[in-house]
Amino acid sequence: MQNSVKKYFPIFALPTVAAFAIGFFVPFIMGIYLSFCKFTTVTDAKFVGIDNYLKIFSDKTFGHSLWYTAAFTVVSVVLINVLAFAVAMLLTKGIRGTNVFRTVFFMPNLIGGIVLGYIWQLLLNGILANYQKTLTYNAAYGFWGLVILMCWQQIGYMMIIYISGIQNIPGELIEAAKIDGATPVQILRNVTIPMVMPSITICTFLTLTNSFKLFDQNLALTNGEPSNMSELLALNIYYTFYGRAGYEGVGQAKAVVFFILVALIAVVQTRLTRSREVQQ
Amino acid sequence: MLSAALAVTMATGCGTKKNEEKAEENNTAEEGNGTDNAETEDEDNEGNNNQTADAKGAVYYLNFKPEQADQWKALAEEYTGETGVPVTIETAASGTYESTLKSEMAKKQAPTLFQVNGPAGLASWQDYCYDLKDSAVYKNLKSDDFALINDAGEVQGVAYVIETYGLIYNKAILEKYCAMEGAKIKDASEINSFAKLKEVADDMQAKKDELGIQGAFTSAGMDSSSDWRFKTHLANLPIYFEYQEDDIDTTEAIKGTYLDAYKNMWDLYITDSTVEPAMLSGMTGENATAEFGMGEAVFYQNGTWVYNDIAGNEVADEDMGMLPIYIGVGDEANQGLCTGSENYWCVNKNALQEDIDATLDFMEWVITSDTGRKSFRDEMGFVTPFTTFTEEYQPDNPLVAAANEYIDAGKTPIPWVFSTVPSENWKNGVGSALLEYAQGTGEWDAVKSAFVEGWASEYKAVNE
Repeated sequence: MQNSVKKYFPIFALPTVAAFAIGFFVPFIMGIYLSFCKFTTVTDAKFVGIDNYLKIFSDKTFGHSLWYTAAFTVVSVVLINVLAFAVAMLLTKGIRGTNVFRTVFFMPNLIGGIVLGYIWQLLLNGILANYQKTLTYNAAYGFWGLVILMCWQQIGYMMIIYISGIQNIPGELIEAAKIDGATPVQILRNVTIPMVMPSITICTFLTLTNSFKLFDQNLALTNGEPSNMSELLALNIYYTFYGRAGYEGVGQAKAVVFFILVALIAVVQTRLTRSREVQQ
Repeated sequence: MLSAALAVTMATGCGTKKNEEKAEENNTAEEGNGTDNAETEDEDNEGNNNQTADAKGAVYYLNFKPEQADQWKALAEEYTGETGVPVTIETAASGTYESTLKSEMAKKQAPTLFQVNGPAGLASWQDYCYDLKDSAVYKNLKSDDFALINDAGEVQGVAYVIETYGLIYNKAILEKYCAMEGAKIKDASEINSFAKLKEVADDMQAKKDELGIQGAFTSAGMDSSSDWRFKTHLANLPIYFEYQEDDIDTTEAIKGTYLDAYKNMWDLYITDSTVEPAMLSGMTGENATAEFGMGEAVFYQNGTWVYNDIAGNEVADEDMGMLPIYIGVGDEANQGLCTGSENYWCVNKNALQEDIDATLDFMEWVITSDTGRKSFRDEMGFVTPFTTFTEEYQPDNPLVAAANEYIDAGKTPIPWVFSTVPSENWKNGVGSALLEYAQGTGEWDAVKSAFVEGWASEYKAVNE
């Protein structure tokens, strides 16, 4: 048995490895190489060294996008996780219609980002029209619009993960705590939250990277208006790439910096939350 | 690794065609040896696709105009039916032409025929342009003004459609206004300067309820479907007048001599409008089209291409007129409409020679054959700069007719000098500043700096 697994390993692994190589590894390496080049199409590039990286720093919009994205990420990670956890707690109490609620909350996640962006643009502009304003009047409107959109889209998904985490807590633990006279708040703090720590790790990871990499919703909702003030990093990179002739390489260099940032943050975050997980 | 990846892309690329088996066979050969085999494979494929044995080469046109996507497909089919040469037409979705072109050009089967929007767009693609000096399309061009010719004298692009924009207006409503007590003018022809236009527009705005309109001008929407009307087309006028004064065709640093006139016009657009300025950021091109089409506004800055969108609504064909965009500069009495092109054909010089030849033949056929010219006239509604399009091949479009009236009256048409702005970023900067000024969150100085300093810095960024 052991032998045949070894023998057929390459055959079973090949499709995945090939797909990974073609879909991720090759473009990734090419992308890094291209960030050191000046090019129009990816097949004819001219090496220019670190020129592109130097140009990033002379670009004011990049710095703005960076902190705007950071602020957005912090707000949405906190809101989505707190709300998703709260909803998950409610929907594990056995109230009537639990399954209907779960399905309904999960549904927004099935709609694509661009579509959601346009739907919410209509909705929010419809409300703002009462005050003679629009979403792109001010970057703050776009910011909170995006936060609302992302909460609406992601809470359901994270809720499902939290529900499964909560349901996995052994009943006797809660029961024992109750017999010992623990209040509901104490149970939440000392039993439930430590026990769902693995779900928290996953959910913060997902929301963190999702918010940082957000593109579709940003493009559809505000398109960076006004004056690039509501532009998240991914959109900023996109516009650098297509905004001027000869700046494709700079966009590519930004993308590499962006990758390093997201990877760093994700690694630090998983380390942090992992260390708080407890064994059952 | 790379050649394997390419082989896979080739396989999927061919898979969409009829001859899948052939592609598969070739694919095995491809694996061993990268580029050399690719060419033979192309030939093999063509051999299979073609009904006639002597027809060589293939045409792949990446079309810029989504509104004519189906018409191009139909035209291509007719050509293939007549000659047996396969013609592929792909159309990029609105606003994504550059990105589509960038990825398509990186492919092995790259477009043989593509478009640039003028000198600024050509900057990215000049190394890909085949010299069209000996081509039929260039030889049949009315004037060199419609070609993109580089310093070395190579013809890199040829315009295939000429368009005109100005202030489209609703004759019926304007007549109604003229008949009113205390009207500032008695006839539309009296509007021949910015001062007059403003006087009339202000008065119409004041009497909008009596006229049954929402505003004199359609909403100056700054959504991306509409903002180009101001950050590009309206900006053309101050740029043009500055070029005129300095006697230049392009510049590395604009001075912004006529920015005050630009401001006056913009103020007029946002004040005598159907909506509050704070709403502009969300207003779309469709909004403005609908407002004009439904007779809710009188003036609408746009061009001949918009006819199909406004036709068939409240406003009748004979009620559509066009005025020059008077901004209060230059010889206004003789000012004409803004006429030019943003659609230049370029042939990909990296394509196989036989594909290039096939492409040139196709282009010639389009502008000389009866089928091609009729399609341009009836289906696409294009006015072209080619001598082959004689009187009977002019499209039936009241806006084009209005444009021709100005030329016949000897007015000076204003060329599209906005094709010389340094980059898309420049336009976006000006557009954003215009919007912020309009909604009161920014100052006019920001427009000035985006216009003048933005030009210099973008020019430097693109040309270093």
